[in-house]
Amino acid sequence: MPILSPDELAKEKVAAVQEYSLLAGHSVANIFRQPRYLGDLLIQADLIGVGSLPIVTLTGLSIGAVLALQTSSTLQQFGSVSLTGQLVSFSMIKEIGPVLTSLMVAGRAATGMASELGSMKVTEQIDAMRALGTDPMKKLVTPRLFATVIMLFFLTIIADFMGLLGGYIVAITLLGLTTQQYWTSAYQQLQFADVFQGLSKPFFFGFIIATVGCYYGFSTKGGTQGVGRSTTQAMVASSVLILIFDFFITRLLIGVFGR
Amino acid sequence: MIGETSTNGHHPSPEVVIEFRDVELGFDQHLVLREVSFRLFRGETKVLFGVAGSGKSVLLKLAMGLLKPDSGTIMVLGQEVSSMPEAELFELRRNIGMVFQESALFDSLTVEENVAFRLIEEHTPPDETRHRVEEALSFVELQHTMQKFPSQLSGGMRRRVAIARAIVSHPEVILYDSPTGGLDPITSTTIVELLVKQRDVYQTSALMVTHRLQDGFIMATHRYNQEKQQMEPVDHGVNTNTSFLILRDGKVIFDGSAHELRGSTDEYIKEYIS
Repeated sequence: MPILSPDELAKEKVAAVQEYSLLAGHSVANIFRQPRYLGDLLIQADLIGVGSLPIVTLTGLSIGAVLALQTSSTLQQFGSVSLTGQLVSFSMIKEIGPVLTSLMVAGRAATGMASELGSMKVTEQIDAMRALGTDPMKKLVTPRLFATVIMLFFLTIIADFMGLLGGYIVAITLLGLTTQQYWTSAYQQLQFADVFQGLSKPFFFGFIIATVGCYYGFSTKGGTQGVGRSTTQAMVASSVLILIFDFFITRLLIGVFGR
Repeated sequence: MIGETSTNGHHPSPEVVIEFRDVELGFDQHLVLREVSFRLFRGETKVLFGVAGSGKSVLLKLAMGLLKPDSGTIMVLGQEVSSMPEAELFELRRNIGMVFQESALFDSLTVEENVAFRLIEEHTPPDETRHRVEEALSFVELQHTMQKFPSQLSGGMRRRVAIARAIVSHPEVILYDSPTGGLDPITSTTIVELLVKQRDVYQTSALMVTHRLQDGFIMATHRYNQEKQQMEPVDHGVNTNTSFLILRDGKVIFDGSAHELRGSTDEYIKEYIS
């Protein structure tokens, strides 16, 4: 790999940001332009949404159970084990549900998009598509973007519910709480702002996963090795961006709703 | 050469379908094409020769609008592709077919879906799509492979499917990027026969990149006999619908007919065609 001078490196990075911004902008704008690929959207929704269901379900269940266990040991010191449901529901719905689901989906979908589109790029299939008069942005990127955003929203709801269920199983079997105690505590303190905060994040994270995955796929160079590199970069970049944006979105929404 | 014989004033000038005017393009401060100028006329097949890295494939991608030149003008079917926005290029490309060097078939689609791709995008009725796909695949004698995936085909078969995909919409111009590259001599001859058939049956204009001299000379010395359904030598020696263009280090060093090529006194060209 050639060593670049600082100004060349800076130019390369600025060009990458510009290309990413153009791809993201076009992919959103294409929803208002013909043709629309509803069939491709449904295929991607199936691949991303239904395909991610087992891992999201398992992760939600496991994290919910662990959260209940961890928080109960602290709550026990204050004699407030009955608040376990509240802590699990707050943590899952506001933060862990959307972030963890997004990271899981990023691991599957962003890497899948980068490797699939990257393979198409290095074998000239993207150029062939352009040569056949079809816009790859409309055909390949836009359906993936909207499928990811829509499905991540529903996957987050499922992960939240599974987390609460995991916490419930632990609360009943290990902590000696009753069903009513757990669910009342989990539900009672929950407000619209908490649910809104948790369910608005998937829209931003879904956008990051799809655009980053597609960007790295489209910018793949250098054969199969390049495809591998793009796949890794897509995973790392989308995960880092999700964590960074999570902080800013959380700060913004706390500022708006005051909690 | 077609361009020369037609400017005598007795016949109307043939229509120019592709024209390059002083086109230059570089990558990473290295000039790949320098002041490239030539014209392709309607019904003509121009064979592009040159050693590896001389800019042949880049030239085809420029003609297709897949790349933009640094300077110069490229006219395709009367439209300036060098300055055309991508959205308008998609419309123009529907009149141009392209066969890529490594076929570039969509590996997740069947042969039928690959060939039908453009027709499906154009919302052609399913019955007509099916009929035209069968017609294109029978042209390349691969109608029995419709349900197969590209990975199940040999290299030569993939190249023929790529030709079927390029011709299915009856384009006005076809760009062939090394259609026989990496294939054995027998398969290569089969592919060249298909190109001759396409040229003589449908009178399609074409730019054909190759580094195999024999392919170009077969194109220039043969015609397709529709009655006998086979390729045969031309009566008078050379097919006037075929011309040659040679690139060296990104510059055009020859643009003319087979006769002119054989009679060239340029040492590089003499060595190249020997």
